[in-house]
Amino acid sequence: MAASLHIAGIRKIYGKDAHAVEVLKRIDIEVAPGEFLILVGPSGCGKSTLLNIIAGLEQPSEGELRIAGKNVVGVAPAQRDIAMVFQSYALYPTMSVADNIGFALEMRKVPKEARAKRIAEVAAMLQIEHLLQRRPAQLSGGQRQRVAMGRALARDPQLFLFDEPLSNLDAKLRVEMRAEIKRLHQVSGITSVYVTHDQIEAMTLGSRIAVMKDGVLQQIGTPDDIYNAPANTYVAGFIGSPTMNFIAGRAHSMPHGSRFDYQGGGVDVADSLTGDVRLGLRPEHIHLADSASWRGQVALVEPTGADTYVVVNTEAGAVTLRTPPRVAVRVGDAVGLEFARENAHWFDASTGLRLDVKGRTH
Amino acid sequence: MIVKYLPRALLYAVLLLAALFFLAPLYVMLATSLKDAEQIRSGNLLSLPATLNFEAWQLAWSSACTGVDCRGLRPYFWNSVSMTIPAVLISTAWGAVNGYVLSMWRFRGSELLFGLLLFGVFMPFQVVLLPMSQVLGYLGLSSSVEGLVLVHCLAGMAGTTLFFRNYYAAIPKELVNAARMDGAGFWRIFWRIVVPMSTPILMVTLIWQFTNIWNDFLFGVAFSGADSKPITVGLNNMANTSSSVKSYNVDMAAAMIAGLPTMLVYVLAGQYFVKGLTAGAVKG
Repeated sequence: MAASLHIAGIRKIYGKDAHAVEVLKRIDIEVAPGEFLILVGPSGCGKSTLLNIIAGLEQPSEGELRIAGKNVVGVAPAQRDIAMVFQSYALYPTMSVADNIGFALEMRKVPKEARAKRIAEVAAMLQIEHLLQRRPAQLSGGQRQRVAMGRALARDPQLFLFDEPLSNLDAKLRVEMRAEIKRLHQVSGITSVYVTHDQIEAMTLGSRIAVMKDGVLQQIGTPDDIYNAPANTYVAGFIGSPTMNFIAGRAHSMPHGSRFDYQGGGVDVADSLTGDVRLGLRPEHIHLADSASWRGQVALVEPTGADTYVVVNTEAGAVTLRTPPRVAVRVGDAVGLEFARENAHWFDASTGLRLDVKGRTH
Repeated sequence: MIVKYLPRALLYAVLLLAALFFLAPLYVMLATSLKDAEQIRSGNLLSLPATLNFEAWQLAWSSACTGVDCRGLRPYFWNSVSMTIPAVLISTAWGAVNGYVLSMWRFRGSELLFGLLLFGVFMPFQVVLLPMSQVLGYLGLSSSVEGLVLVHCLAGMAGTTLFFRNYYAAIPKELVNAARMDGAGFWRIFWRIVVPMSTPILMVTLIWQFTNIWNDFLFGVAFSGADSKPITVGLNNMANTSSSVKSYNVDMAAAMIAGLPTMLVYVLAGQYFVKGLTAGAVKG
């Protein structure tokens, strides 16, 4: 039943004339059947608006939207064959869990026996059989989340939409439900669009990630693409925790390639780079090395268990490192830093766009 | 010890005084209605009735005279019943649908419309007496119970809309969106999702409207005919009928009869009234 989703030139403008606010600025996204697309970005980036437009709860000001090849602009939400999981779950408070799950089927005039059978199937899939007669108010947060999933699953839609479904759960439950959603997607194979501001959810769940900011699609690609070849400094900084280190400096041509100089250090680059450039380094790609010429002083040591984050003040600014857990440095120590050239990301300092430079594997 | 309990004692004293202040007239009415003429003339206003004498009630209900008409309050009472019940139900349902639209299906200008509607809540009804009587004339509903029902529906609609609109504004919009995605339409969402959540505000509105409409005198006196006078007008006319001896016990009994239905409604549904007024947020 997996359907494709085709988003072309979608714009959304609120207000008019002088007060017009363009929330979505020509969004183009192709989603292949069975894909799990993540829309990620900070609050106010337009991701929820885009989701509501796909759902049919809002109309685009301009653009084309196709589900399974069929143009759905102007089609009522109910006719789009989409199921949606809401952030607040939006369970019907006066209905039992079973009625909540079966409501969409009832609206589609599915006979009672078939409905009961489907409700039982879905409940078994989500392990909520024992909750079927309860009211939403009698459920815990995690249970409500499962019921909301069940309601979406019940009618086997063409498309699943998720609007930050895990943001109301505590950390442990969130990890559990994240795995559950991934499992359900693998079982059902239904094309899904998932809105979140949580980059971990984005990386773990998505087959592709669309990063948005201020109504503009910044980059769309696999989690690997997004992480290892971010299209600009915004994406580079948004995805990854701790966030990528940026080092400003100037590059100039050399006989074989070029050289990048920053406060307190420099590095040869195989390709030609000139002008103001920013060097991007992931925390895991910077290492402590006593003999290195790039020096700094340890400002903070943050053990997280699996890793320890070390913040080092250098002349080029504070740099965060991801180090093994039992690293032998203390606050105030003078340390040397080194990184491998192939792990460096290069960005134009004024536009923030990625500069493709040889000597990198990606 | 004394200092510790003093504030609480004062609090109770004030509350008790307030209760007394409001209950005293009720006591006088009830006591007087149960006395006979003899005791009223001789006795103290606050004294207990010597015997439980329901004769005045009997008279007030079925045979006290208004002018030459000696049928008691009974016909007016039934006029009021057949006016109040449809008017309460219609104005409440109307307000519920209005509130549902104005809070969950907003359209361009719906906030302005709601703002204008609020004028209806604050408007003194004397302003509409003349135009309303014209309209009733055009519709051929002058001096009829049906006409009064219409008037009360129109007059009450602004208030009931306000009640429901504000109550529904607290219901998360996502609930409606979820139902839309599930395939429910405007009315289906109303009946299956919204109305079942409305018990508290429904009770508040029903009580509010019942009290207003049952107790209304202005519209009753302005728009009713000889056969459609509500009980408030009937009571007024009966008490004002001049006869040789003023029968206070009958007047009091009549006033009690006129007031009983609203009291009954409060006793039966009062708990919902308080709950509904205080229930601001609905947890999804």
